[in-house]
Amino acid sequence: MSTTTKILILVFLTLSLSGLFLFYNLPNSWEYALERRGFKVASMIVVGCCIAYSSVVFQTLTNNKILTPSIMGFEAVYMLFQTLIVFIYGDQTFQVIKNSGNFFISVGLMMVFALLLFVLIFKKGKSNMYFLLLIGLVLGTIFTTMSSFLQLVIDPNEFLIVEQKMFASFNRMNIDIFWYALGFMILCFIIGFRKLQHLDLISLGRENAINLGLDYNKSIKFYLFIIAVLVAVSTALVGPLTFLGILVTNLTYELFKTYKHSILIPCCCLVSAVAILGGQFLVEQVFNFNTTISIIINFIGGLYFMFLLLKVRKV
Amino acid sequence: MISVDSITKKYSENTVVDQVSMQFPVGKITSLIGANGAGKSTLLSIISRLLKQNNGNIMINDKNLESYKSRALAKQLSILKQSNHLELKLTVRELIGFGRFPYSQGKLTKQDEVKIAEAIDFLDLGDIQDKYIDQLSGGQKQRAFLALVVAQDTDYILLDEPLNNLDMKHSVQIMKRLEQLCKEKGKTIIIVIHEINFASHYSDYIVAMKNGKIIHSGATQDIMNPKVLSEVFEIDFEIIHKSGKQLCNYFY
Repeated sequence: MSTTTKILILVFLTLSLSGLFLFYNLPNSWEYALERRGFKVASMIVVGCCIAYSSVVFQTLTNNKILTPSIMGFEAVYMLFQTLIVFIYGDQTFQVIKNSGNFFISVGLMMVFALLLFVLIFKKGKSNMYFLLLIGLVLGTIFTTMSSFLQLVIDPNEFLIVEQKMFASFNRMNIDIFWYALGFMILCFIIGFRKLQHLDLISLGRENAINLGLDYNKSIKFYLFIIAVLVAVSTALVGPLTFLGILVTNLTYELFKTYKHSILIPCCCLVSAVAILGGQFLVEQVFNFNTTISIIINFIGGLYFMFLLLKVRKV
Repeated sequence: MISVDSITKKYSENTVVDQVSMQFPVGKITSLIGANGAGKSTLLSIISRLLKQNNGNIMINDKNLESYKSRALAKQLSILKQSNHLELKLTVRELIGFGRFPYSQGKLTKQDEVKIAEAIDFLDLGDIQDKYIDQLSGGQKQRAFLALVVAQDTDYILLDEPLNNLDMKHSVQIMKRLEQLCKEKGKTIIIVIHEINFASHYSDYIVAMKNGKIIHSGATQDIMNPKVLSEVFEIDFEIIHKSGKQLCNYFY
């Protein structure tokens, strides 16, 4: 099957799943329902694109196909902040901090965290990717432990507020935030899509990339920054969902046997959109909200990895 | 011309390259020899901007290395390191196409295609040009990467142990191609090499390093001398003269 056919199939799948999502079981007051659903579909596609772009680029930078940006601890920062405000304000959280305020502070904190990491690592001129990952991993673990501790201490009723944030959800999404997130994403994509060939060079490894005239350190910093913004936006919009990254990127590599990021990234965006739309449809219409999309994605992702392992063993 | 002036590289207190100054002759093959850890590869990496020196200057065509834009330098000088393990779905032809990146930034022109075809012919890669690089044998892969450097078409070519893990047949093939690049296209080639007989047979000049310093340098026949070599490698050498070339026997 040619690349074009595969892309067309993915586009068709995305469109038909969006259609299904919009029009399936439409209630009588369809105008309101359609508007809500429309925003939901749009936000799922935005989140899908953020995750796809950040995961593919992150895997190229680290030269490792089983990592996602979540290893750098962004989600841990997000969770710590969510836990902390509930810890401080308790059941008054919603009065103290509005949804859009929460979004901007979350994005801001994650950006500060990213900048801190970069300054720490790049200040000495020793831009070692693995050192960066290690520091991110350690700090992430510290933040997660701190969150767990706070979650133990707070009132069980208030813990329910935090628990909602622990799983990705498209239901609490609010429309103002969606427009901000869309703005951030479009900005990142416009800047980040200009030099996709540079990513192809980076995938050849540091030495080959420098040999071919790439300003390696500058490019790495640039892409890490874009990744940080996109991860921050998608996490603040719906919650931690970057595990999806491993699944969709590897699926994309399997489907499109190419090294070209100009194909990989757009296709990965489509694959993620299909995965999220399909997963969310199952959550809402088949499981009647009795489960969350994270659980479905982890379930399918787990099965897929078992399949991959078995396939490798046969060879 | 590449000239280096009092280059020093330290890792904390450990000096790997110590005050090295050298001018590399243009249009010739120069071999860097020496024991493991003598600083050969480090020197090569410094000349090719993969590593930053603590001290000293590198001049390429009478211009300081640091004042070059990375992209402009990529049209002057190319480097091939020894480990090239890639898990990418990339064909041989596409890999060689990357050699044209400094010129066309990824959008191949007609002229680029000509250069790529030349490089493929030059290294006899015609019948495997559409294979993925992760399916190649060691020798084929080395030839593919050398073709990338040939397509890059730079005046200076630096190679770090290009014969590593290759059998004699493939080693000879690679060295003959390098000789041809030098003679027919006037390239200046600097290689780090361990096989002393390959260095003797194919290079015009030899630079010998020990403990981060250059201890001998000169024309091949001057360096291929039992006294010099045993000082460099600390074992005994016997030099055999055969049809105008020197061979070493060091199996004592």
